[in-house]
Amino acid sequence: MAGPLPLADPAPRDGLLPDSVAIGADARAFGVYLHVPFCLVRCGYCDFNTYTSTELRGASQADYATQAIGEIVQAARVLEAAGLPQRPARTVFFGGGTPTLLPASDLVRMLDAIRTYLGIADGAEITTEANPDSVDEEYLQELARAGFTRVSFGMQSAVPGVLATLDRTHDPARIPVVVRAARAAGLQVSLDLIYGTPGETIHDWRTSLETAIAERPDHVSAYALIVEQGTKLARRIRSGELAAPSDDLQADMYELADELLGAAGYSWYEVSNWAASPSFRSRHNLSYWTGADWWGVGPGAHSHVGGVRWWNVKHPAAYAGLVSDGASPAHGRETLDDGTRLVERILLETRIADGLAIDVLGADARQAVAGLIADGLVNGEAALHGRIILTLRGRLLADAVVRRLIG
Amino acid sequence: MSPRATTALQPASTPPASIRNFCIIAHIDHGKSTLADRMLQITGVVSDRDMRAQYLDRMDIERERGITIKSQAVRMPWERNGETFALNMIDTPGHVDFTYEVSRSLAACEGAILLVDAAQGIEAQTLANLYLALENDLEIIPVLNKIDLPAADPDKYAGEIAGLLGGSPDDVLRVSGKTGMGVEELLDLVVDRIPSPTGDANAPARAMIFDSVYDSYRGVVTYVRMIDGSLSSRERIQMMSTRAVHELLEIGVSSPEPLRSKGLGVGEVGYLITGVKDVRQSKVGDTVTTSVKPATEALPGYTDPKPMVFSGLYPIDGAEYPDLREALDKLKLSDAALNYEPETSVALGFGFRVGFLGLLHLEIITERLEREFGLDLIATAPSVTYEVMTEDKKTVTVTNPSEFPGGKIHAVSEPVVKVGVLAPKDYVGTIMELCQSRRGTLLGMEYLGEDRVELRYTMPLGEIVFDFFDHLKSRTQGYASLDYEPAGEQEADLVKVDILLQGEQVDAFSAIVHREKAYAYGVLMTERLKNLIPRQQFEVPIQAAIGARIIARESIRAMRKDVLAKCYGGDITRKRKLLEKQKEGKKRMKMVGKVEVPQEAFIAALSGDTETKKEKK
Repeated sequence: MAGPLPLADPAPRDGLLPDSVAIGADARAFGVYLHVPFCLVRCGYCDFNTYTSTELRGASQADYATQAIGEIVQAARVLEAAGLPQRPARTVFFGGGTPTLLPASDLVRMLDAIRTYLGIADGAEITTEANPDSVDEEYLQELARAGFTRVSFGMQSAVPGVLATLDRTHDPARIPVVVRAARAAGLQVSLDLIYGTPGETIHDWRTSLETAIAERPDHVSAYALIVEQGTKLARRIRSGELAAPSDDLQADMYELADELLGAAGYSWYEVSNWAASPSFRSRHNLSYWTGADWWGVGPGAHSHVGGVRWWNVKHPAAYAGLVSDGASPAHGRETLDDGTRLVERILLETRIADGLAIDVLGADARQAVAGLIADGLVNGEAALHGRIILTLRGRLLADAVVRRLIG
Repeated sequence: MSPRATTALQPASTPPASIRNFCIIAHIDHGKSTLADRMLQITGVVSDRDMRAQYLDRMDIERERGITIKSQAVRMPWERNGETFALNMIDTPGHVDFTYEVSRSLAACEGAILLVDAAQGIEAQTLANLYLALENDLEIIPVLNKIDLPAADPDKYAGEIAGLLGGSPDDVLRVSGKTGMGVEELLDLVVDRIPSPTGDANAPARAMIFDSVYDSYRGVVTYVRMIDGSLSSRERIQMMSTRAVHELLEIGVSSPEPLRSKGLGVGEVGYLITGVKDVRQSKVGDTVTTSVKPATEALPGYTDPKPMVFSGLYPIDGAEYPDLREALDKLKLSDAALNYEPETSVALGFGFRVGFLGLLHLEIITERLEREFGLDLIATAPSVTYEVMTEDKKTVTVTNPSEFPGGKIHAVSEPVVKVGVLAPKDYVGTIMELCQSRRGTLLGMEYLGEDRVELRYTMPLGEIVFDFFDHLKSRTQGYASLDYEPAGEQEADLVKVDILLQGEQVDAFSAIVHREKAYAYGVLMTERLKNLIPRQQFEVPIQAAIGARIIARESIRAMRKDVLAKCYGGDITRKRKLLEKQKEGKKRMKMVGKVEVPQEAFIAALSGDTETKKEKK
């Protein structure tokens, strides 16, 4: 959702999908992503599709749930028209932005609409992202009652100086409070961390990891900070005010994360994600990496159904206009051919701990695997059993591995 | 003041006494072309409406850089005291690389206008050409140009010129090519001062070729000066160096558009068209005679142009190699001095080793290839011709470091040149320092007027071809001018330094340098490459070596992180496109052993962009 939208074909105004998307649909899980494009302040590093109240140009936060429900209704119609079987959502994910900037009742209304129009499977994983300073116990209780099962807190760091560089407004002391509240509400807890912030030392990072681990979350995400063009952070680095994050330090930090999390009983299941046990892996997150179908609701949201990818208009005002006219908010789409699907599969599945089946690869790529094992990038034992699974060094060089596999 | 001549004299029937052949000697931007424009306008051969600035310079590059590459001759009528004259202005090339062509142009004239910018004074190349003109016994008319400029200091520079030529500063005519002031007076002086041509009208024809130009419509156009006898249309002519006979398809004079005539008489200047398609068949300096009644002796002074400077030219996009070949083949038609042969390089792929007369020639050819043929090129560091004698006394001619023989070397000889540098006296120290650092030997130093100095050195040509002129310009705020001429060979302690990436030699960076400078070169190149080559998945040593001996070493540390942390909320398309872009980028990588090097890194290392970039940071 970051950056400019991809270049591709325009999406049809009615949003209808070709019949081809129904092929093999029974074997694919279905999920829903719901984007909430609002923030109180824009963080200096963030280029996600989100807007503060001054940037909204007439779009209203208060009307947002109604608009999103409009798209959910459309989604049900479009999926049915394409001949897809009824597949209740196995995962739902509210992301942003800051979903918890909306009243809990709005989130509940949207979730109810998903249940009504698209269906929600028994035992579904239903997550919302949350800012530590925008939720309290009552809020979390209300979500849990409505069916939410999981909350992912944007902790980022435990070090005030690092949080300040990131423009994060929350007080690190809020973390234990909200984690306890989530637990009390019966929600699974994930903590999101960012490493490699300008000025952050390896000791700062160790502090953040240890603080996060001490809360015993079920799940931890750790993302290397990416300096995106056009952000305030990029400007501050260009002007020389801040130092650009070093790849070497970020590599050290990743290795430290894997070491400390591993020692505390967490295992990686995707390059940037660790879970306390396999049952705590984020199934929604995994669905991106395993080629599942999902409908992305909201401005700038991306969807994938049966080899068709599309994405919505970015601005909430444009989105509101289209949805209230009953038109599809989709802006562009692409239909993947077999070659592209294979490239994506290599690109996505090599990143997960379950790995990629070697037998999907062509002859050249299979030859390349030996070199990857020799270079210590791919686990040799797993390769002998037919799967490409990255080593620790391979995870840090995952993009290089993929380039070697796709030749 | 003379009026325009009312009727021009007819070619082939103009008595020598009514002919004046002259050229203009000037430094690059001292306004030669503008003055020539004004003469064309004042004599009426070009109507005011058709007047294009710098009419004689036809090529875009010439127009843009304000220099003349190819000389031409224009015939202009002029009346003086009731008598009509034919003035032939021969436009000489202005740069040292073309000394041979300049000397042939001068040999076609009886006089020369020495044109000097009244705000800048005489420059080194002008001095060199003036010397050539005096050697050819030409009558010199000294002229200060651009006297309309606020910065003009005509009194000072008139003094300087008078000091060089003898005579009084008052003899130096003051003109402005821009406004036309003094130009009519100058034309009168040409008639009065420059001797008319002498030659035997009845002898077998001898015409000297002073220029030869390829024209895509007419084939090769050959410009000649009739020294003896005459040529008439529909005659068979013979080139005396090759004995080749050609049918004469057209003969005429430039005015400045081609004007057919019945022929050319003794002392006249004009053009010939024979239908040949390659200037090599009509070489500058050669003598043209008739096949019916051939002359027995050729005119003196003919030599084959010999390349002095060599460089590898490679297309940045390897697929453009055939286009580069075609472009060179085309340029060769109009440039007898250009020669080339195919060459391959590990780092740069397929290209050509090209020989040039000098640095400007190199620059002009690469620019024409890029501009006229739309090619993107990379040129390797220029090199010169070395004669290497191995221990078993075999001599190898080396124009490319890769030809440098391995094993024990008995001796290496390198070309040397005499260098003249003209600059304000304040820069003498810094220029001496530079010349000494380039193994120069001071021959002498002379004051030109009060505050300008001419320094004369002998120096190895190899020390000049690299970046000497850039250094000279930057150390003197652009005030110094440079001239050089070949001055034989000398033995020197030269070695070949190779650059190795992970043990693999990168041919494009091998260089022949003086032993004392080998270390500095090795350090410079290994550092440059270290900063330019992206990190690989393994450590990459970069070494500089003389033979098997390593003299400098750097290393590129292994890359540890190459992974995008996340896919943005399911935007797989973006991630895939990024990967596809990286994959495309990989295709443009050159492989040196296992090391992937972006072509841009090689280019930047060759052009020396790195140091400047670092300074900017």
